[in-house]
Formats: sequence, C-alpha cells, structure tokens
Amino acid sequence: MKKTNDLILQTVTKVISFIIILFSIHLFFAGHYTPGGGFIGGLMTAAALVLLLLAYDIKTLDKILPFDYKLMTAAGLLIAVLTAAGSLLFNVPFFTHAYDYFDLPLLGETSLHTAVLFDIGVYMVVIGITMTIIQTIGESE
Amino acid sequence: MSLLHLAIVLPFLAAVFIPFLFKGLRNIHTGWFVLLVPLLLFIYFVQYLPVTRDGETVTKTLEWIPSLGINFIAHVDGLGLLFAMLITGIGALVVLYSIYYLAKEKEALHNFYVYLLMFMGAMLGVVLSDNLIVLYMFWEFTSISSFLLIGYWYDRERSRYGAQKSMLITVFGGLSMLGGIVLLYLMGNTFSIQELIGLSDVLITDPLFIPALILILLGAFTKSAQFPFHIWLPDAMEAPTPVSAYLHSATMVKAGIYLVARMSPVFAESGLWLWLVAGFGIFTLFWGSFNAVKQTDLKAILAYSTISQLGLIMSLLGVGAAALHYDYLDDNIYMVATIAAVFHLINHATFKGSLFMMAGIVDHETGTRDIRKLGGLVNLMPITFTIAIIGSFSMAGLPPFNGFLSKEMFLTGMLSVLELDLFNLNTWGILFPVIAWIASVFTFVYSLKLVFKTFLGKPQFDQLPKKPHEAPIGMLISPLVLISMVVLFGFFPNLLSNSMIKPAVEAILPSLVDAGQEVDVHIYFWHGFQPELFMTLGIILFGIVLYSTLAKWQGVYNRIPERFTLNGLYDRGLARSESGGYRLTSGVMTGFMRTYLVYIFSFFTAILLSTLIIKEGIVYDTSGLAAIQSYEVILALVLVAGAVTILFAKSRLTSIVALGVVGYSVALFFVLFRAPDLALTQLVIETVTVALFLLCFYHLPEISRKEERMRFRFGNAVLSVLVGATMTLIALSAFSQRSDESISQYHIDNVYELAAGGNMVNVILVDFRGFDTLFEICVLGVGALGIYAMVRYRTARSENE
Repeated sequence: MKKTNDLILQTVTKVISFIIILFSIHLFFAGHYTPGGGFIGGLMTAAALVLLLLAYDIKTLDKILPFDYKLMTAAGLLIAVLTAAGSLLFNVPFFTHAYDYFDLPLLGETSLHTAVLFDIGVYMVVIGITMTIIQTIGESE
Repeated sequence: MSLLHLAIVLPFLAAVFIPFLFKGLRNIHTGWFVLLVPLLLFIYFVQYLPVTRDGETVTKTLEWIPSLGINFIAHVDGLGLLFAMLITGIGALVVLYSIYYLAKEKEALHNFYVYLLMFMGAMLGVVLSDNLIVLYMFWEFTSISSFLLIGYWYDRERSRYGAQKSMLITVFGGLSMLGGIVLLYLMGNTFSIQELIGLSDVLITDPLFIPALILILLGAFTKSAQFPFHIWLPDAMEAPTPVSAYLHSATMVKAGIYLVARMSPVFAESGLWLWLVAGFGIFTLFWGSFNAVKQTDLKAILAYSTISQLGLIMSLLGVGAAALHYDYLDDNIYMVATIAAVFHLINHATFKGSLFMMAGIVDHETGTRDIRKLGGLVNLMPITFTIAIIGSFSMAGLPPFNGFLSKEMFLTGMLSVLELDLFNLNTWGILFPVIAWIASVFTFVYSLKLVFKTFLGKPQFDQLPKKPHEAPIGMLISPLVLISMVVLFGFFPNLLSNSMIKPAVEAILPSLVDAGQEVDVHIYFWHGFQPELFMTLGIILFGIVLYSTLAKWQGVYNRIPERFTLNGLYDRGLARSESGGYRLTSGVMTGFMRTYLVYIFSFFTAILLSTLIIKEGIVYDTSGLAAIQSYEVILALVLVAGAVTILFAKSRLTSIVALGVVGYSVALFFVLFRAPDLALTQLVIETVTVALFLLCFYHLPEISRKEERMRFRFGNAVLSVLVGATMTLIALSAFSQRSDESISQYHIDNVYELAAGGNMVNVILVDFRGFDTLFEICVLGVGALGIYAMVRYRTARSENE
C-alpha cells in the first residue's frame, strides 16, 4: 500500500477505540436490564478493533492485542456450553439459569445471574469470529 | 446427577486430562493412567450384580431437555449390566495389553487413549440409556470413535479407506435407526424404551410398525456387521490390534446385538422380526465362516470369524423370539435360544478377545500376520500357542471349553425351530439347523487353520521380518486372563447362570416373566445321546476331512468374479457417487455469487409465492395501523433513494456506500419504532460489514476494479421485483391476519418473574430461547473456521505452486 496521510484517523483512533471498548463493556453488563447484551457488546468491541485495523494495520493490531481469535471463538463456545451443561450438576434440566441477589462491597446489592456467564461465551464468540474472518481475509494478500 | 450418570460420563471426563498427562509425564506410559478408569468402573458395576440377580432394576433420571421428552435416563437391568461389565472388564484388559503393544516413544498415545476413552463412555451410554435419543447420540459417538481409531495410523492409505468405509456404513445404519426412533415416537409418544415395551400390544397394530422395525434393524445390522453390511469389518482391521480386540470383536460390534436384544420386547411378537433377525443372522453365520477359510491374514480370519459369530448370536435372538408365542407352556423349550445367545455373547468376548491379542502378539514379535509366511512358532512361543489353541478350540466348539457348551445350546436352539408351527417355519424351518451345521463345519476348519498354520508346520523363520521370540509378560497377562475364563466357564458354566445370564434373559423376554414363567438356566456337558451330540461329532469329522483336503477345493473361492462381490459394489458405488456429485456441482456452480443468488431467490419466491396463492393467504387490512408521520416518509424516501443508487452506481465503492445508507436508514426506523436493541445491532453490523466490504474490495481482481456498467439482464430484473413483491405481500398479510394473541405479552409478564431480567430482548436471547443462541454461535463459529480454512488452503496452495 502506498504511504497515505492518515494522521488524523490514527490520532483519533487512539482515543476513540478505548471509549468504544469501554462502552461495549458497559453494553455487555447493562444487557440484562437495559439495551445491550453479549451479542451487541461483542460486535461493538469488534468494531473498535476494526477501527484500529483500518487506522494502523494487521501487524500493529497483532502487537497490541496478541490474541488467537480462533481460540477465543472456541473458548467462548466452551463457556457457553459448559454454562448450559452446568445446570445438570444440580439436577435441573440443561440450560436452567440460576440467579440470586448478593451484597457485594462497593457495588451494594447486586444480582448475579448465570445468564451472564452464557453471555460472556456469546461475547467472546462474536469477537472471535468477526476478527477471525477479517484477519484471514486481510492477511491473504 | 447421580453416581450412575457420573460413571457413564467418567471416561469422557478422564479423556480431557489425557493429553496433559501425555505431554507432562512423558516417561510414564499414558496407558497406566487410563487403566484406572475401566478398573474403577468395573468394580463399580460389580456392585450392581446382587441387585439384578434378584430381578431388580435401577433407574436414575437426569432431566436434560424435558420439554422435548429427552431425558438422560440411566437404566440398569440384567442386559445392560452384562454389557457394562463386558465393556469395562475387557476394556481394562485391552488397555493393559495396549501399554505393551504401543510404544510410548513412537506412538501418538494422547490421540489413541482419548479416542479409546471416548468410545468406552459412548458404549456405556448406549447400553445403559433408556431414552432412545440419548442412546442414539451415544451410538453415533461409538461410530465416530471407531472411525478415529481405525484411522489411527492415518498416514496409511488402507487405514483411511477402512475408516471411511466403516463410517459410511455404520452412520448410514445409525441414521436409519434415528428414523426408526422417530417413527416409534410417533406411534407411542415416548422415547423411553421401558414405556414402549409396555405399549408393544398397541404398537404392533400400527401401520408404521413395520417401517420402524426395518429401520431399527438396519441400524443393528450395520453396526453388528450382518450380511450384506459386513464388508466394513475386515477393512476395520487396519486399526491397532488392541482396538480390533476391543471394538471390533468384543464390544462395539455387539451394540447391534444389544439393540436387537433390547428392542425384542417391543418388536418380537411380529413374525417379520423373527424371520429377519434369524434369517440374516444364520446367513451371516454361514457367509462369514465360509469366507474366513480363504483368508491368509490372521486378523482377516478373525474378522470374518467375528462376522460369523455375530450372525450366530443374532440368529439365536431371532429364534428366541418364538418363545413369546408359547408363554402357556410349562417348559418353554424356545427360551434356550435366548439363553444360548447371552451365554455365547460372553464366551465370544472371552475367546475372540484372547485370539485377537494372540494375533497381535504374533504380529508384534514376528513382524507379519500372513499365515503363508508363519509356521512352526510353537517351540519359540509356547505360551502364545497355548492361548491360541484353547481359544480356537473353544471357537470351534470343542469340549471342555465354554465354546462347546454354547455351541451345543445353539444347535439345540436351531433344532427347536423344527417344532415351530408359526409363520411358515414348519416348511422352511429345516433350513436353520442345516445351515447352522454347515457353517459350524467351516468354523471348525478355519479354527484349525488359524492355529495349525501359525504354530505348527515347517518353520520358515528366514521369511519373517523379525526374529521371533516369546512376547514380554505384560503383553501375555490380558490374553491369559481371558483364556483362563474360557476354561473356567467351560468347567463351571453355572457360575454365570444365575448371576448374569438369567437377569439378562429376563430383560430380553420380560413378557414371559410377567406370564409367570421361570427362566431356568442349566448348562451342562452331557445331554445324553441327543441329535446335538451327533451333530458335533459330524462337525469334527467333516471338519477334519475338509481341512486335510483344503488344497484341493480352495479353488472354489476364485470362482466368484471381483465385479460381483459386495466390496466391488461398494467401491464402484462410492466412485460413481463421487463422480456424479462432481459433475452435478461443476454444472451448477459457476463461481459467481450472482448465479447462486439467482438459484436461492428463484427457489425462495417459487416456494413462498405459490404457498401464498394456493393457501389464499394474501390479505390486506389497514385497520389497527398507526398514522404515517412525515419523518417516516422522508426516511422511506432516503431508503429507496439509496437502493436505487446501487442499481445505477458506476463504481463498486459507490454501491457499497449506498448499501450502507440503506442499512443505516433501516436502523433509524428501528429507533423510531422504539427497538433500541435492534437499532444498535443493525448500526454496528452495518459498520462492520462496510469495513469488511472495503477489505474484500481491496482484494477483488484487477479487471473488476475498472469502472464498468453491469449489463441489464431482464431475467434478473424480474426476479428481483418478484422477491421484493413476495416479501411485501408476506409482511402485509402477516400483519393483516393475526390468528392468535401476540406472544409479546407472555414475555412482558414473565421477563422478571422467571428470568429476573429487565431487557426482554436479551432475556429471550440468553434464557427463553437460549438453545437458539447456542446453536447460532455454533454455526457462526463453524462458518468462521470454514472461511479461515478455505482462505488458508488457497494461500498455501498458491505458495506451493
């Protein structure tokens, strides 16, 4: 590729991508009560990574975040399946979620839900597959 | 989750640790760790013996998908326990044997033991599940692990061929069985075998009964290598010998037998069942033993012998079904067939297991399994010779070994057919004892050949790749344990009668137990001067004559031309379907996305539009619509403008941007209609897709990057208009005729009650319809891996060129 002048894009990306990732994490946790969730959160994170990719290049991204996204997909799937299967250990049908309210330091009364675990799986799979596809196509030049 | 469930899945759990043990502790053979699993399980299952001996059963339920009637119900009765003990007992011996057979320095033990444990767990699942869907799942697991084990030395062409063949045939049978299971569900409205048994009187009158019976039998016959599906078993001998001893003689191939025995109470009243099971069984018995004689590879002889012995057990189960029609007799002579089937099942596992291990030892210590090169090993390998001679004599049905006892009972069972006056058996039934006798003669011949050609005769050690010597003691322990059981059960058969055989027979013929009949298992050597005795004498006499004149009549085997053998048929069928499939795809696949879209969309409109018109589903009703706002009109106009721009865009880049406009406008519509989740998703998806498009755009071939106008194609224009019209009609009609209450009220009511959540969309995704999400992310993952593999493959290939 020819040297292009993308100084503005690169500078903005440095700041913006953090904000997007933070926002995506917020979306992920907010999902149970307000709009958001693992799928959107994952996509948003992936979008931030794509922005980094566009502003810099694949090698730089690889240096910043040296993840194997295929492994991330597999790990996500495993977390999702294990969460669903975990209920079998407690003699309830596959995929029965459990939740309760806990008094946590700093956060006060918080509800903890196994659905979040499943959502983490979804989140990781979505990031994993988006980045796998984009990286594979991008690297094949 | 009960201990019983845990016991069934223990091998799967253990398999997770194998690779780490292999990598972490290289100087200890991984097999030692694996050995613990079957040992523990065997001890665990022994504890159930007193339970089943008293005629009790144990059922533990684990709810899995109760809404679909799929629960993991573990059911231990005499039959299941017998198999569980075979699986874990022989499993332990095989693992011990494999420790000495597979060198830890050279072999990929982590693969081997993971597959083996996977198989063990799957097999336990098959024999202990009461739910047919769960049984089916484990059933396919055994096919897959068998495939992996046959292809363990995957760099050998024959291994890959054998693995593929076994996979194709057994999975074909498995799918047929799934069809049979679904039919049973349609008839009986349950997946539970025990409940189906209770319904068997009703089921037999159902028109779907016969198709279900045939489909289930297809599953059993393919798995148990019955004629004409037996052709996969000899090719499966490419697997390492411990695997052949375990999967392809003692356990997996008996899964079909298990299924027939298990489903007997459901189907056995039918005459078709009796004829099919007994008929295919007896023919397989003959065909296997006839073909075993011509083989020259030790393992090939044993493979055909296994086919033949499986046929023997199958035919006994078929004939045993006749007992059901005589539940008024005081002394039900037809029950002896079922007793013989169970007894022979145990005996076969002992002598065939030891013979396979013997073949493995010979192969390991001499470097060949070809009996034309072997001979005179008796002085060098006296212990192996002892194992071989006891095993083969038991297989041939000679006293005083256990094979003699069950062979006599088999003959009794076949002779009892003569006295049947059901289902035309009084005319054709005479064939059963006759074929049984002929097959037994051939069994005798190949048993003699197996041991005499290997161990006696002229030594020709110079032809052997290795200098032969006796095997190390570790390798001899397992076959010696098995062979001592052959002798032990031969002298004290009644050790098994009440503890194992009787409970198993009661599980196969429950209606007889209900009718108050006593299952009376008495096994003894001397029956007096009965026809069975003369038949055995005849077998020995004719067998010796045939063996000594083998050279003269062996030419018979060359008479069958290769073209007409089943293997030839299979090979040609496979080649044909490959070339046919290739021709079809190369005719349809042009490599252009637009061609595929034409296929997809034409099919789509044809199906949907014709359904809409035939069902008279097109309704237009504007009542209940909100008023259209001015900003909605503007948004719609933008959307249309974006879509039209794509049509007339001169460059690809313009079309991509215009497509983005369409997507973002749709997202704005979602915002207007208060669907923030959808809007958010749409926006992010749109962003990522545009980025992806730009990436792809950069990679598109040079020629297309030039600015060019697409030619106008009338057909495509018509199609696109039709697609749009269909979607519009469906949307309007769906809105105009609501037959039921909207489901959204249910979600609104329950979102906090049941799932403790506030965001309905997310609760649906992760909880209410979590299965959908789980499968979707699976599909996404597979899709991503597919893209990765294809792009990488292309890159790697172009680098090679």
